[in-house]
Amino acid sequence: MSGLASALLNGLAQGAMIALVALGYTMVYGILKLINFAHSEVFMMGAYAGFFALAGPLAGLPPLAALPLTIVAAMAASSALGVAVERVAYRPILSRGGGGKAVGARITPLVTALGMSVLLQNAAVLAFGARPRSYTRMPINTQLVIFVTAIAVMGALHLLVNHTWMGKAMRALSTNVEAARLMGIRTTRVILFTFAVGSSLAALGAVLYCLDQSQAYATMGQVIGTRAFVAAVLGGIGSIPGAVVGGILLGVVGELTKLTSYSGGQDVLTFVVLIAVLLWKPTGLFGRGGVEKV
Amino acid sequence: MTARTAHPTRPPPACEVGATLLELRDVKVGYGGITALKGVSLEVRRGEIVALVGANGAGKTTLLRTVLRLPGTQVSGSLRFDGKDLLALATEDVTALGIALVPEGRGVFPNLTVRENLDLGAWGHRDRRAMEESTHDVVTLFPRLGERMKQDAGTLSGGEQQMLAIGRALMARPAMLLLDEPSLGIAPKLVTSIFAAIRAIAAGGVTVLVVEQNTKVALSSSGRAYVVRTGELAREGASAELLADPQIQAAYLGG
Repeated sequence: MSGLASALLNGLAQGAMIALVALGYTMVYGILKLINFAHSEVFMMGAYAGFFALAGPLAGLPPLAALPLTIVAAMAASSALGVAVERVAYRPILSRGGGGKAVGARITPLVTALGMSVLLQNAAVLAFGARPRSYTRMPINTQLVIFVTAIAVMGALHLLVNHTWMGKAMRALSTNVEAARLMGIRTTRVILFTFAVGSSLAALGAVLYCLDQSQAYATMGQVIGTRAFVAAVLGGIGSIPGAVVGGILLGVVGELTKLTSYSGGQDVLTFVVLIAVLLWKPTGLFGRGGVEKV
Repeated sequence: MTARTAHPTRPPPACEVGATLLELRDVKVGYGGITALKGVSLEVRRGEIVALVGANGAGKTTLLRTVLRLPGTQVSGSLRFDGKDLLALATEDVTALGIALVPEGRGVFPNLTVRENLDLGAWGHRDRRAMEESTHDVVTLFPRLGERMKQDAGTLSGGEQQMLAIGRALMARPAMLLLDEPSLGIAPKLVTSIFAAIRAIAAGGVTVLVVEQNTKVALSSSGRAYVVRTGELAREGASAELLADPQIQAAYLGG
């Protein structure tokens, strides 16, 4: 029983962390209708940024001071990277596509995103080596810190999206870009802002992940990023509450599998859950079908 | 064209017709290989209600989209608002000059509440006090919106969405309002009240250019009108004269 309880608590923390990363996928998809595959690598780079901050300038600080600063450093690095990816890779292609109906208009950005992901992952191997980097251990209750931080940040995101001008602009843009422009909204700024926020959330998730798992490595984006992507699709891609629920669901399911003799099968079960949900509700748990009409 | 004064016999336009506000000179617009406008020249003066009528596909929507500099068009000619060249501007900058478009199909944000939709209309100034005043004006014009402030716009009926789209455009406090097919998909009874609202808006000092397939209601609500046929202006004149014209009646008013 205590095994089950601790698995549930662990699952909540893992799930909250996955949800942070999933939010980035869902927010960008909501606005650009693009699966930003490079997001998983932005997450990975956030882990490295945190590692270097913690091992370098922040070494020796007491944990309560070092942790927030590490998170800030990782968020800054990742949002800069996310914004750079948008400007360099996506904007030129999306503006040329002009929202056209041709097959290429959907496929080209997708392939670009995949390419960006491969590029960043290999760049990380080149720059940081294939050997995992160990995070400095912190004498804190990691599960608690992960869960509380994640929930607080998601609450802040909820306020941002629902109660600020920028949030309203983001939601407007997600349903009708042209009408948003007619309001005078500078859509490129909103898009950059969305990338910056999504990437910072991924970086926060990365630092929290590394506190728990204690290492950063170049292919971590592929492992965790895929899980987060599945969480976003499960919850209904484009839906913010969906990403949170999807992430927590996957986290709990993942930890529960560890109680069984199939502990290695976490990702198998992840995809079984995904397929089961999509068979039952193709738009995901919170997804809305057919609102994309212009 | 001779200088015009306010029409003596008809109620609209209610305020004094002034200097040229919107001016198009020989505007040609192409979409890919298709020519949508083949050299259109027209002008709208301050305080006027001008209607743009004609069959489906004549290029009326293209003309409005061109004024707002919406993408997907190759444009030549001269396009001026209050003396300023619009061709070099992006859509966001055109709206900042005081032009608001109520697009075809209304374009309300279905996932946002009525109030949030109205708020976004004020994005250009984001002035609290001005927003309160404008919201009050909009609700006076369309009391139904006042009852539905907290509802998602997607739950409104077509007519209510049209009211919201017009109200949202007014929140920007525009000098000129462009409307694209405000009667489309709306119950006939509501069409009358929408056009009554448009006349009230014009009486409040906003210049109006309205594109409309419902020629009868457009001509009876406007001071002046242009008839567009396959990308060119076929006729222009006082709306009352066009309405009485047998040719126009045969072609656009069902005899």
